[in-house]
Amino acid sequence: MRQTTPRSSAVRDGLGVGLAVGLSGVAFGAAAVTAGLDVAQACVLSLLAFTGASQFALAGAVGAGGDLLAATAGALLLGARNTLYGLRLADLLDTRGPRRLAAAHGVIDETTAVALAQPTRDGARTGFTTTFLTLYVTWNLTTLAGALGTSSLGDPGMLGLDVVGPATFLAILWPRLREQPRLRTVALTGMAIALAATPFLPPGVPVLLSAAAVLVVMMR
Amino acid sequence: MTLWWAIAALCAGCYALKLAGLAAPRRVLDHPVVHRFAELVPVALLAALIAVQMFTTQGRLDIDLPRTAGLAAAVAALLLRAPFLAVLASAAAVTAVLRLLTG
Repeated sequence: MRQTTPRSSAVRDGLGVGLAVGLSGVAFGAAAVTAGLDVAQACVLSLLAFTGASQFALAGAVGAGGDLLAATAGALLLGARNTLYGLRLADLLDTRGPRRLAAAHGVIDETTAVALAQPTRDGARTGFTTTFLTLYVTWNLTTLAGALGTSSLGDPGMLGLDVVGPATFLAILWPRLREQPRLRTVALTGMAIALAATPFLPPGVPVLLSAAAVLVVMMR
Repeated sequence: MTLWWAIAALCAGCYALKLAGLAAPRRVLDHPVVHRFAELVPVALLAALIAVQMFTTQGRLDIDLPRTAGLAAAVAALLLRAPFLAVLASAAAVTAVLRLLTG
């Protein structure tokens, strides 16, 4: 996958992930309007919250007629993993002042995954920025399209979009998992923890809890 | 109006959570234990996310056959060293076709 310079392969990874995952904005726009949000509300969430899982969670809770305070708290819990990503990206990006304030908005699953997949620090920065910009533009445009076109689009699940997210993360992790048995242990333990915790804990918590998988490897 | 307040709170909170990690004090980030933890934790979270998005539905364990087959197609494509977009396309295509046939 990498015959070219680290920088150009980072750009390619970023564009690929940004465009592919960005398409799921259609699903969010459609889900939000179906749940009872108006088009402006769906778009503001994509522009300013810009973290897919939390956005889906709020829309889902509104649709189910749940308590708004609980819905917001649950959605925030899903966003808490971005804090842990930030700890890692702080080192790689090494930004200050206004640049850091701008970069912070892009600290999400996809940008972290692409940045970590790059072999050099320079590549990681390029990968982060490319993914952030591509995904931000695509996600917001497709949110608008999905929100406006709900009725004509039908069910986005029919397009197989729900598998694109997991497949993206797997594809990005793959080369590192193949090379490092230690990372495979972290990944498999993380999966097991999250699945085991899912029936008992509110959404968002199982994924956070999977961070404990790191301790298993660190203690050995 | 209340929904707008919930949206405003979520947007502000999500941004604050993102910034909190990125703006953690140097002293904390340079601590060897924090450093090792931060280095490995995205792998655990992303792997957990794959598992949760694939095999749970609204708080229960649940295997969706078309989606699982789509991920299997992605694994096959990865083993064949297919390019990234081909991996995603094969996953989405398999899932969509199976939904069309079964649903």
